[in-house]
Amino acid sequence: MEKLSKWPKIYLILIFIILYAPIFYLIYYSFNSGDSMSNFESFSLTHYAAVFEDTRLIVILLNTIIVALLSALISTIIGVIGALSIRYMRNKKMRTAFLSLNNILIVSPDVIIGASFLILFTIIGVKLGFASVLISHIAFSIPIVVIMVLPKLQEMSSTLIDAALDLGATKRDVLTRVIIPFIKPGIFAGFFLALTYSLDDFAVTFFVTGNGFSTLSVEIYSMARAGITLTINALSGLIFFITIVLVLGYYVLNNRTKTPTSGVEK
Amino acid sequence: MNNKLSRSFYSLPYLTWIFLFVITPIALIVYYSFFDITGNFTLANYKDFFSSVYLKLTLSSFWYAFLITAFSLLFAYPTAYFLTKTKHKQLWLLLIIIPSWINLLLKTYAFIGLFGLYGPINAFLELTGLGNQQILFTDFSFVFVSVYIFIPFMILPIFNSLDKLNPTLVDAARDLGASSWTTFKRVILPLTINGVKSGIQVVFIPALSIFMITRLIAGNKVITLGTAIEQQFLVTQNWGMGSTIAVFLIIFMFLIMLLTNSNERGTSLNGKVK
Repeated sequence: MEKLSKWPKIYLILIFIILYAPIFYLIYYSFNSGDSMSNFESFSLTHYAAVFEDTRLIVILLNTIIVALLSALISTIIGVIGALSIRYMRNKKMRTAFLSLNNILIVSPDVIIGASFLILFTIIGVKLGFASVLISHIAFSIPIVVIMVLPKLQEMSSTLIDAALDLGATKRDVLTRVIIPFIKPGIFAGFFLALTYSLDDFAVTFFVTGNGFSTLSVEIYSMARAGITLTINALSGLIFFITIVLVLGYYVLNNRTKTPTSGVEK
Repeated sequence: MNNKLSRSFYSLPYLTWIFLFVITPIALIVYYSFFDITGNFTLANYKDFFSSVYLKLTLSSFWYAFLITAFSLLFAYPTAYFLTKTKHKQLWLLLIIIPSWINLLLKTYAFIGLFGLYGPINAFLELTGLGNQQILFTDFSFVFVSVYIFIPFMILPIFNSLDKLNPTLVDAARDLGASSWTTFKRVILPLTINGVKSGIQVVFIPALSIFMITRLIAGNKVITLGTAIEQQFLVTQNWGMGSTIAVFLIIFMFLIMLLTNSNERGTSLNGKVK
């Protein structure tokens, strides 16, 4: 392995500084006792207190978490079903067709998803609010779960299933005792990704949310449009902390179960 | 036969999803693009789209998306390359990915403060004697913030393809007398072009359609196709025109995917930009 010389190192360090500076800048000013992001007066936790005192904000935070957990759970179930149906389709052409259909929502820009779902909900009469947001989040998370589970299914040798069947396992046993345990890492990865996509989504929610219902992203957007409020900074401090915990949790889970797939070693 | 029936029964939720949330929405967008604001069937939306206003908008949207993609690639490639040379490359890669998991509204909001008239960048400019500059609400701030948001998604696929590159090929090229530049141009780049292509794909399409950054960072100076769609749907309430722009955005999306789709399977699934 060749060592990095001086300039590449400096370049990488610069990139890392630029990537992290805005985030730490936000968090730094969340501890400001003043009200601006340019003049640090003294250390205080007033803005964090403001977050926890603002019941409206707490309700929005809870909404966001509930939508994320529910949508991740439901989309994981449907996504696993989808991956299974695609994997065991006999017709190869049909399999490719379904896989392409599956991937449409992954590559579609959020505005398109948001706008088309808005039309859909208006036509079939789903009231804009919690239900429409939850349904959209489930809808755009399903293909991600499929994509995470499918490689695991393809990895699994079909002899495993044959062996189980030969040994007298029922179809149900094969599914719950052979297939599901084998693809578990993929299911977890899909669930985590669905969770983060839901937490992070702004554009789709912005389109399909009504007046009474809001998620964190939409709320931050309307707050930011009004100007600088250090409550947002305090929120970002909290969110940063939660994200780090989630990312670490995901990687610990992933690395414990995953077979190493790193590249060619020298 | 029974087997077949139960098979299709258990895939029912998934098939319903495909029908309701993949096929129907696209069909609805196409359908609505033929109606005007009062609900009459018309082709006027398409005629309007080819008027100078919308053509200009499309061109400028493409220009900004091109700039954002080009700068992302310019900075992402060396980053990915140097990352593969570091000792704990997976850890460093994780550190690149973490910012992309922070809510993008928050990251954008940070720049409102950073680029603000009294923000640290302007304080720095003041120190160097350049004086206060209006940074926020300019083209520069829009492109900078977009590159900032999208660059992890460009680094990821390039890193993966560089990581898969067999280093002995590079050694062979060097042993056979190729200079660093020739090695890069003739060996490394062609072998990692798929990563570059999927990087371009995951940056260019969202860059065409992003509307949140334009609103918060560029004031209303930059209008992308996404901004126009949002405007038509949520402000003007002209779903017909909004759908027409969306139809073209979908067409552009497919064209870009055709141009950038790699033959190698799996490389394009490395990341998605919100």
